[in-house]
Amino acid sequence: MQNHQQINRLKNTVQSILDEAVKQGASAAEAGLSQENGLSVSVRLGDVETIEHHCDQGLGVTVYFGKRKGSASTTDLSPASIRETVGAACSIARYTSEDEYAGLPEKELLATEFPDLDLNHPWDIGVDGAIALAIECESAARSYHKEITNSEGASVDTHQGVRVLGNSLGFLQGYASTRHSLSCSVLGQRGDSMQRDYWYTVARNAANLESAADVGKKAAERTIRRLEGRSLSTRQCPVLYCAETASGLLGSFIGAISGGNLYRKSSFLLDALNTQVFPEFVRIHEQPYLKGALGSGAYDGEGVATQTRDIVSDGILRGYVLSTYSARKLGLRSTGNAGGVHNLTIDPGKLDYQGMLKELNTGLLVTELMGQGVNMVTGDYSRGAAGFWVENGEIQYPVEEITIAGNLKDMLKNIVAVGNDVDYRGNIRTGSILVERMSIAGE
Amino acid sequence: MEILNLARQAILMPTGIQDGDIEKIMGRLLSSPVDAADIYFQSSHFESWVMEGGIIKEGSHNIEQGAGVRAVFGEKTGFAYSDRIELPVLLEAANNVKAIVRQGQDAEPLHCKVATKAAGRPNYYATQNPLKSLADQQKIDLLRRVDSETRKLDSRIEEVIVSLVGLHEHILVARQDGSLVADVRPLVRMNVTVIVEQNGQREQGSMGGGGRSDYGYFIDRDTALEYGREAVRQALVNLEAVEAPAGNMTVVLGPGWPGILLHEAIGHGLEGDFNRKGTSAFSGRVGERVASDLCTVVDDGTLEGRRGSLSIDDEGTPTELTVLIENGILKGYMQDQLNARLMGVNPTGNGRRESYAHLPMPRMTNTYMLAGQHDPEEIIKTVKKGLYAKNFGGGQVDITSGKFVFSASEAYLIENGKITRAVKGATLIGNGPDVLTKVSMVGTDLALDSGVGSCGKEGQSVPVGVGQPTLKIDGLTVGGTSV
Ligand SMILES: [Zn+2]
Repeated sequence: MQNHQQINRLKNTVQSILDEAVKQGASAAEAGLSQENGLSVSVRLGDVETIEHHCDQGLGVTVYFGKRKGSASTTDLSPASIRETVGAACSIARYTSEDEYAGLPEKELLATEFPDLDLNHPWDIGVDGAIALAIECESAARSYHKEITNSEGASVDTHQGVRVLGNSLGFLQGYASTRHSLSCSVLGQRGDSMQRDYWYTVARNAANLESAADVGKKAAERTIRRLEGRSLSTRQCPVLYCAETASGLLGSFIGAISGGNLYRKSSFLLDALNTQVFPEFVRIHEQPYLKGALGSGAYDGEGVATQTRDIVSDGILRGYVLSTYSARKLGLRSTGNAGGVHNLTIDPGKLDYQGMLKELNTGLLVTELMGQGVNMVTGDYSRGAAGFWVENGEIQYPVEEITIAGNLKDMLKNIVAVGNDVDYRGNIRTGSILVERMSIAGE
Repeated sequence: MEILNLARQAILMPTGIQDGDIEKIMGRLLSSPVDAADIYFQSSHFESWVMEGGIIKEGSHNIEQGAGVRAVFGEKTGFAYSDRIELPVLLEAANNVKAIVRQGQDAEPLHCKVATKAAGRPNYYATQNPLKSLADQQKIDLLRRVDSETRKLDSRIEEVIVSLVGLHEHILVARQDGSLVADVRPLVRMNVTVIVEQNGQREQGSMGGGGRSDYGYFIDRDTALEYGREAVRQALVNLEAVEAPAGNMTVVLGPGWPGILLHEAIGHGLEGDFNRKGTSAFSGRVGERVASDLCTVVDDGTLEGRRGSLSIDDEGTPTELTVLIENGILKGYMQDQLNARLMGVNPTGNGRRESYAHLPMPRMTNTYMLAGQHDPEEIIKTVKKGLYAKNFGGGQVDITSGKFVFSASEAYLIENGKITRAVKGATLIGNGPDVLTKVSMVGTDLALDSGVGSCGKEGQSVPVGVGQPTLKIDGLTVGGTSV
């Protein structure tokens, strides 16, 4: 109930901001307002390290004077500051150029249905409860093995916030959402080898978090298995991206079919619509209306209705990822992706993690990637990596200080299998992904 | 005094907060037996302008202001912040924060008296608002000039994107001894990105720079047009690039921005927090050899007008030149107040935070290696087969294992002592504690970067600088595709 009141209050403020923009001469305007509260508690070596109370608010406003645009934002929501912020946006619009593609979304694309997506589950854990949970998590990690010798600690984070978005076409909506997480990072030592790894769990509803003991245990397991890693000789071989690293691979793909990179012609997938980008068995789709999921939303950052849709089916690229502006630049319509994709999912295959290792047979399992190393224009890809050398489907030893390289266009086309070991913690949902061949550089 | 008054005017006056209010908040914090406490006030104005497709496409103006309240007890920190600089809000924040001390009884209520010391201190940048250093129309004219001059440089240019950003930040730190310290920080940056096309093949080049200065920085000496020329040059070089080699080889790094090697391989591992906790590959190694004796590496927040410079850090400690490695021997770490106190050393002016909504921690300022004895051309001549890396994108490090990467965006093969073909960008990977022991030659040509660096740590981003002379490293793994 409190959320309703808060949302209504923010809606009133947003409406008054839009009115103010019109009063200052704008022909159209959009405003977003958010308020968020949170608590972060971290413990280290069994004792409290930090207790942080978060309290954020922000206003962003965009105004249009015909085809000219100006933006401004502030964290100060006093009436005077709001007027000034609107004024600043209007003043900027006097200097920007006429841009025939600029403007609010087409009215018929704006969302009109707002199902309850089950995103709001406040967690009344309190400081003491959070400390106890974090300590339980870290203890599970530290007591897992004698080679766990040090800790970066465990932390509990809980956030709840309200967002309202409105524009001068009459769109005015808001929703409340929560996000909770528990994470743990520990160090292991064997001889001269010191390693650190972590694990985390995140959910809209605290009831869906992994248990503190499991998070701690996984952090410890992952740390221990990295000890005494070695480099590989330079070679070419198949590479299995574990689910966590595979989501980065799909992230690069999404970058390449995003409107901004396409209209700037800075993508390695220019003119790839309706062509074979992946092997035939691959389907990639968006699921904005999943209940309780991290990437769910009925509308995008501009109020455009999100779509349940296939982006790739039978390996063929069926659609781009577009905002209103980038869509107009390309002569297309917004796909409801201002601000990104919504629960992007690649259909899992039949094999589980062990099955994927068998499918890899002999090659590299990548569990961590480092650095940027992706050229969006050419698709050239070269990143630092760590993981495990696998022979006959069995992990042999940990590997570090190597790079893996290739070209993304080839890598996507040469995906051999997608696992069903899906990582549900992010906005990109994928299992592990096996790529036929990449260049490994090492000692 | 002048800076303090400027900060009071910018932050406190509009909110009506008086010295007496600060004393009340601090008094609340100190009613528990804390080791340290501070209140960090901040008010920032930020603007950005983007020219793309030959038009002024975007402009924005952003205001960020608020206050963070912190209490420290032993290794424990309590922290709360708010966008509202109002006495009741900050008093409540202080109540939440002092709960970090659970020892029960309250301390003898300590009276804190705000005392503004007029002690002189150096300033490494001017206080004037860079956003006002040009009229809006002049900013637009500058962008248009860079765009049109850059487009004229080559017929293969398809697109030019020019951005201009400026920041004017006031900060005020109230500390538990009652002292109030302030800083007024300007920061500007310009960036030019070009996309070129030749026979259906596309490439991109990018160059930018700036510092703690005003927009005049880009007009004096035609710096802005130079960014355009350099971006075009890089893009055209990459059009001709062949596959990069893969494997371990001799690598020569050019001067300036390739100094992110030092930032990633050495710098993060020498931040005080990691070393206090014993989680860095460099923990407990002060006094040991970590580099060849040709290497002396410093972190220096005192350079005039540099992007990474600060007159005082975000805890009010004056910055300094901190020697990290001297002739190959590890000398010390970079410290904020918490970690310095717990390690029993002096703070080094490296306590930095992204904003009032973040906790300070040890961070780098400008990190660079001092010049050596070798002529850069002589260095290339000694390499029979290797890689010359001239420009880089970003990097990353795992401070525990010591493994670091950084990505070359412009590189060439060295064959028989000569720089030959350009190769595609590739990631270089190495081990922080080893890499500088393999430095066999150091050039005379120390250069600092052009002022584009941002460093991320635990989700907090701060502006930094790097620099180095030409360096020869006997063996680093190059992540190309040509096996
Ligand atoms: Zn960094």
